[in-house]
Amino acid sequence: MARFTPDMETRALAVIELYPERRSATIPLCHLAQEQDGYLTREAMEQISELVGITPAEVLGTASFYDMLHTEPVGKYLVGVCTNIACLLKGGEELLEHAEQALGVAPGGTTDDGMFTLEEMECIAHCDKAPAVQVNYRFFGPLGDESFDSLVEELRGGALDAVVPPHGTLSRVHRTSGIAVPLAEIIEARRSGDLLEAERARAKAEAEGAGGNQL
Amino acid sequence: MNDSDATVKLVVDGHEIQAKPGEMIIAAAEKAGVLIPRFCYHPRLEPVGVCRMCLVEVKGPRGFSLQPACYLPVAEGMEVVTNSDKAKKAQDGVLEYLLANHPLDCPVCDKGGECPLQDQTFVYGPGESRFVEEKRHYPKPIPISKLVYLDRERCIQCDRCTRFADDVAGEALINFIGRGGSIQVNTFPDKPFSSYFSGNTVQICPVGALTATPYRFKARPWDLEQVESTCVGCSVGCQIVVQSSENELVRYLGLDSEAVNHSWLCDKGRFGFESVNSSDRLGTPTIRNGTAAKEASWTEAMAKLAEPLNRARKRPESIAIIGGAHLANEDLYVWSKLAKSIFGTDSVDAQLGDGLDPRLLTRTNRATIADAVGAEVLVLLSGDIREELPVLFLRLREAAISSGLKIVELTHAATSLTPNAAASIVVSPGQVEATVRSLVEQSGQEPSDPSIAVAKAIIAGADPNRIVVLAGRMNQAGSSLDQERAIATLIDAKPGSKLLSGLRRANVNGAIDMGFVPGHLPGRCALTEGSKELIDAWKQVPTQIGRSTPEILAAAANGEIDVLFLIGADPISDAPDPELSERALAKVGTVVSVETLPNASTRFASIILPAAAFTERMGSTTNVESRISLLGQKLVSFGLSRPEWMIAVEIAAAIGEDLGFESMHDVWRELSVVSPLHRGLSLQALGSPGTREGVLVPVRRSRVSIASNRSLDPVATPGIISVEHSGPPSSSGTGRGSDAYPGIEANASAVESVDSRISGDLLDLLATPNEVAPIGSGDLVPVLRRRLFDGGTMLVRSKNLTELAPAPRVTVGGSTAASMGFAAGSKVTLSNGTSELPDLELVVDRGVADGVVVVDLDGESGLTRRVIQGENLRLTIKLESV
Repeated sequence: MARFTPDMETRALAVIELYPERRSATIPLCHLAQEQDGYLTREAMEQISELVGITPAEVLGTASFYDMLHTEPVGKYLVGVCTNIACLLKGGEELLEHAEQALGVAPGGTTDDGMFTLEEMECIAHCDKAPAVQVNYRFFGPLGDESFDSLVEELRGGALDAVVPPHGTLSRVHRTSGIAVPLAEIIEARRSGDLLEAERARAKAEAEGAGGNQL
Repeated sequence: MNDSDATVKLVVDGHEIQAKPGEMIIAAAEKAGVLIPRFCYHPRLEPVGVCRMCLVEVKGPRGFSLQPACYLPVAEGMEVVTNSDKAKKAQDGVLEYLLANHPLDCPVCDKGGECPLQDQTFVYGPGESRFVEEKRHYPKPIPISKLVYLDRERCIQCDRCTRFADDVAGEALINFIGRGGSIQVNTFPDKPFSSYFSGNTVQICPVGALTATPYRFKARPWDLEQVESTCVGCSVGCQIVVQSSENELVRYLGLDSEAVNHSWLCDKGRFGFESVNSSDRLGTPTIRNGTAAKEASWTEAMAKLAEPLNRARKRPESIAIIGGAHLANEDLYVWSKLAKSIFGTDSVDAQLGDGLDPRLLTRTNRATIADAVGAEVLVLLSGDIREELPVLFLRLREAAISSGLKIVELTHAATSLTPNAAASIVVSPGQVEATVRSLVEQSGQEPSDPSIAVAKAIIAGADPNRIVVLAGRMNQAGSSLDQERAIATLIDAKPGSKLLSGLRRANVNGAIDMGFVPGHLPGRCALTEGSKELIDAWKQVPTQIGRSTPEILAAAANGEIDVLFLIGADPISDAPDPELSERALAKVGTVVSVETLPNASTRFASIILPAAAFTERMGSTTNVESRISLLGQKLVSFGLSRPEWMIAVEIAAAIGEDLGFESMHDVWRELSVVSPLHRGLSLQALGSPGTREGVLVPVRRSRVSIASNRSLDPVATPGIISVEHSGPPSSSGTGRGSDAYPGIEANASAVESVDSRISGDLLDLLATPNEVAPIGSGDLVPVLRRRLFDGGTMLVRSKNLTELAPAPRVTVGGSTAASMGFAAGSKVTLSNGTSELPDLELVVDRGVADGVVVVDLDGESGLTRRVIQGENLRLTIKLESV
C-alpha cells in the first residue's frame, strides 16, 4: 500500500476542499498518508503532489522540515522520552537509558519486529508528570524503569489498543467538513467582554483625570 | 510613466544618494558605487534575505541596528552605514559561519578563481575560523540530472537555484530537504532535475555546489578568454559571453540584457556549442564524382562549380537556393545579391516549408519582446513556446504571473503556457481561421465554448494598440494556410495590433529582412519595391516571384533544377516530405552543400564547401523582434572553412562576376544604403557601448543619453570576466529595453518607407483555403510538434545533449483514447495506410483536441516526416502491447 486507498483518497479530497488554496492541504494530507502507511512513502508523496498541484520535491521539502512527518519507516509505536529540564531533573536521562536497553535500540532506531521506534524528545508539555513519555503523541508519566517496561508490554500485547492507535493516526475523529464553530456565542462573549473592558478603562481614566491634575 | 522618475533620498556612508521607491538598499547603494557583499541576492530573483552577508547598519527609532540590505527597501531620509566596525563584525561572523561546513576544496573546485565565496572571504572575511569540529560530509558530487552535478558539501544554502527553479522556470524540481544543520538542496528521489533551464542554476550558483557536465574540469577561470556574442540556438537572440580555452569552446554564460534574456539561457543554447567542437566538422572542400569523394582545394572546388553554374545561368530559374536561416545577416545579404542580382533567380528560400508566409512578417507592424510582455493581451498562434523559443517562454510566463499580461492561446494541444493563460482554446487543425473569426466577429450570440467566450471578451475589451499576436507554426504537418489566414484575420480585425515573430530558426527573421525568401528584396521590399539605391547597386532584380522550398524540391524532382545550393539546410530531415527531398536531390545535376556539419542531405552533394561556425567569425544576427546584435569571434575557423559571405564572393568570382565586397564593412556600407530597414547602421555602430543589447530596426529614435555607470555586481553571474555586464544595466529599470541609440541617426524617410508597406488587408494577400476533408471515424488528424531536444544536427553533435531527446511518443486526448480503448503507456504503431511508425509510447493528455494525434517531430532520423506528409492526411493507430 502506498498510494491512497479509495477510502483515503475520498478523505484527502474532502480535506483539500476545506482550503481556499489546494497547496494548503499539503501537511494535512501528509498526516493522512501517515495514518494509512505509518510513514510517508515515496508514492504517497507523489500522489499528494498531484492532488495539491505542487512538485514531489516540494512535498518532500515540506515533510522533511517537520519532526512529526516521517519519510522513512517507523515502528508501530513511536516512543518519545522527554529529557528537557523538568524531566531531566526527575530522571529523564536515566529513563531514556533504560528505554534504550529495554528496546535494544538507540534514539532514532526501530526494533527488529517493527513495533517500536525510540526518540529523545524536547519538552512535550507534560512536566507535571515528569519524567514523561509520549507514545504516538499520547502521554504517559511519571514513569520509572518498571512502569516503562509494563507500558511496553501492554503496547506489545495490545492492551492499550483502545488508547494508542498505530503511528500516524492523529485523531480518530474523521472530519469531512470544517469544525462547527459557535460563532454567535463567541461574538457575544467578545462583545460583552469589550464592553466591560471599555467601562473599566473609562472608570480608570476618570479616576486618573480627577487626581492627575496635581502631577 | 511619471512614477519611474520619482526618487527618494537616503544617506549611504555619509553620502546622499537617490533611489527609486521600492528599490532595495543593496541595489540603490550599488548604483551609487557602494558594493555591499552578498550571496543570496540576485538582481533577477525575488529577495529572500537568507545568507545574511549583506548586513548593514540602518538608523531606526532606537538608533542604528543591523539589517539585511537586500531585504529592506529604501525610504526617504534613511541613514545606512555599510563600513562600520559593527557591519564588519557581522560580515566576519557570517562568513565564518558559512565556512563552518564548507569543505574549502578550492584547488580541485571548478569555481576556484571565479568564486564569490572565495572572493568575498578574501575581502570581507575574518581570516581565521574558530571551528575545530568535523565538517558535515556527503557523497560528492551527485548527478541531479544529465547536465548538472551537485556537491552538497560546498552548498551555502543561498536559495538561488531553488528560487530560480520555482519562480523563474516554474518547475520546483529541486528544493531544500531537511532542516537546520542537515538541510540540503536535492531532488525528489528518482525525479531528476530535467529542466530546459537547469544550466541557469549552475550559472548563478555563488559557490561550486552546482557544476555543469560539459564544463567540469575543462578549464580554469584564469585561462579563459571570452567575447560577447549572441546565442543562435534559436531566434530569441539571447546575449551571451562565449568562453574558450586553447582554441576550444568550453562555456557560454548568459549576459543580462534587459530587452531580451534577463541573463537566462536555455540548456540547448547554453550547451549546444559542443557541436562546434565536434570531430565531424567539415574542414575541407569535397568534390564527389558518382560515389567517389575526394578532398579538394577551394580553387579546384570553385573550378568544378563554375562549369555547371555558367551553363545554368542561361536559364536563371534552373538555379535555386534552399537554406540560410543559420547564416549571419552579412552572409544573407551577400548571398541574396548573388542569387537575385548575379544569378537572376528568385527561387531562394530560407524557410524549409516549416515556417510562415514571409509577407506576414514584412507587411505587419512588428512587435518587440518588450511590447509583448507589456501588452494587455498576447494572442498565441504558435507551437509550444517553451519548446521553440525557451527564453521567450520565461519572459512571457513572468509577465503573465506578475505584470497582468493576459495570454489568449489557440492551440491543438495544451502547452507550457496553458497554466498561465487567461484563455486556452483547443482547436482542431483546419479550424484555426474559423475560430479566430468567431473571436473577433461582433455577433450577438454567446459562443458555446466557454474558453472562446472568455477569450472573445478579453480581446473585445482590450486596446487594439496593446494587442500582440505571437505568430509561429502551430502544426508542422500539412498546410500552414489556415493558420496564416487566422493570423491575418486577427491583425486585420484589430488595426494597431502588432505581430511578434515566432519563427524559430536562428536567423530566419534576418533572412526575411535580407530578402532571402521568394518575392522579396533586402529591407522587407517586394521584388517591385526595390529602392533606387538598390537598383543602382544590383543592376537587375528578378521580375518573377520564385519558388518556395517545397516548390523548389517538386521542380527539382521533375528535373527542372540544374544547380541547387543547400546552405546550412537539410531538406531530407527538415522539409515536409523527405521522400520528395531524396528524389529531388538525386535528380539535380549539381547539388552544392555549404555546411559546417554533415547531414542527411550532404550525401547527395557533388560539391561540399565547409563553412565557418558561429564563434569562428564576426557578423550580426536578427532576432524575433528585429533586433540586430553582434556575433563575436572567439575561435580560429576550423580547417579550411570560411564564412558564408566569403564563399558567395568566391562563387561570383568563379563565374567572372564581382559582388564588390572585400570585408564585412563593405557589406554594411552597401546594405545601409540600399535597405531602408538598415539605413544608418554599420558594424562600428553595432559595436558601440550604447548598442550592446543590439539595435532594433528600423531605427526609430536616435536621441538618448546612456547612463555611464554600470553594474558593479560580480556575484550575479560569477565567471564573466568583465564585471560590466554581470548585472542589469543601471540605465534600465522601466522593464523595457531601450529602442534609442547614441551615434545612430534615425532616418524618418527610411522608417516611413518600411512602415508604408504595412498592409491593412493582410488577408487579401493570402490564398483562399482548400476544402478540408471530413474526419472519418477511427481516423486521426496529425499534429506535428517540435520539442526542444529534437535530435537535430546540432544536438546530435553535442555529446551531452544527445541523450536528452525524449523517446518517440504520440499523444491523444482523453475521449480519443477512451473511444479507441487504449490506455496510457501502451505501445502503438502509427500508420498512414502505406507507411508505419512503430514502437511509440501512447500518452493521454486531456488538453489535446478530439480526433487529433500529436506526434513529436524527430530531427536527423526524420522518421515522423516519412509517415506524416502532405495535406488532408489521416492516420490510424494500432495497439502493439499494453
